Amino acid sequence: MHDHHDHDHDHPFQPDHDAGPATPYEVLELALRELLIEKGILTNAEIAGHIDKMATRNAALGAKVVARAWLDPAFKRHLVDDTRAALMSMDIDIGDLAEYRVVENTPDVHNVIVCTLCSCYPKLLLGYPPSWYKSVTYRSRTVREPRAVLKEFGVDVPDSTEVRVHDSTADLRYIVLPMRPSGTEGWSEEQLATTVSRDSMIGTALPKPA
Amino acid sequence: MSAETSRPPKFRLGDHVRVDDREPLGHCRAPHFIRGRTGTVVTIQGAFRDPERLAYHRPGLPALTLYKVRFDQCVLWPDYSGPERDRLELDIYENWLEPAPTT
Repeated sequence: MHDHHDHDHDHPFQPDHDAGPATPYEVLELALRELLIEKGILTNAEIAGHIDKMATRNAALGAKVVARAWLDPAFKRHLVDDTRAALMSMDIDIGDLAEYRVVENTPDVHNVIVCTLCSCYPKLLLGYPPSWYKSVTYRSRTVREPRAVLKEFGVDVPDSTEVRVHDSTADLRYIVLPMRPSGTEGWSEEQLATTVSRDSMIGTALPKPA
Repeated sequence: MSAETSRPPKFRLGDHVRVDDREPLGHCRAPHFIRGRTGTVVTIQGAFRDPERLAYHRPGLPALTLYKVRFDQCVLWPDYSGPERDRLELDIYENWLEPAPTT
């Protein structure tokens, strides 16, 4: 075994992924940001604060909406018929970037959401999408072989139930209203919300059993 | 965002429609796999500004009616292995739709 202290062979060098020169878009973003701050339109704190707010958002708000729908049939109807207005009644303002639509799972229909063109996602209710949702694999396979994809997620839909795939090709973001798990009779809204995972509102999971 | 349109919707719920198979230049929201295929209108989603114009900072008016169109998976994919009841739904702008040819 030879002595490694006098290196005369190279180790492969792996540069840091952000050590290279800035891309044109990074330069553009930086220039625009500096200009907006210089002109007093935004402050650094406002920008950082908004980034933090978006980054820490999770699926809790979505879970709360689902739990309320499980407890209140009139609210559930409103949520499916006019999602924006129903959310507004909970003081959830989805803003003007996109419309939201809730699709309801029943014993006859299991819904699953995908965006084949990009990665449209109801961030206001679910937070940022997971990497797999944005992957070419999920986006291309879910429209083509949804049952195989669902099985890989651990969801086995019987042939007697329709698998309905929603491809968000326009400015409408979809959220699945999963079926309420059995054994939750008498549960409060807060308790019910704990069974609602992010994935159950995408359609790639079922709510956690009681 | 749902916006004003000067034209009433061309299609109604239940209409069979065919997605155009043109190859546009630039941004579009009609995926390749659905072009030339026939489905059924299941929801009229409202009127929206044309995304193919908005992408290039054009106003995208007059707004286009957006339709949710349902396709049968068994018809869409030659080797689909799921049951015939399985469906795929996409939101498609009116300028990509024409009445389905009657056989």
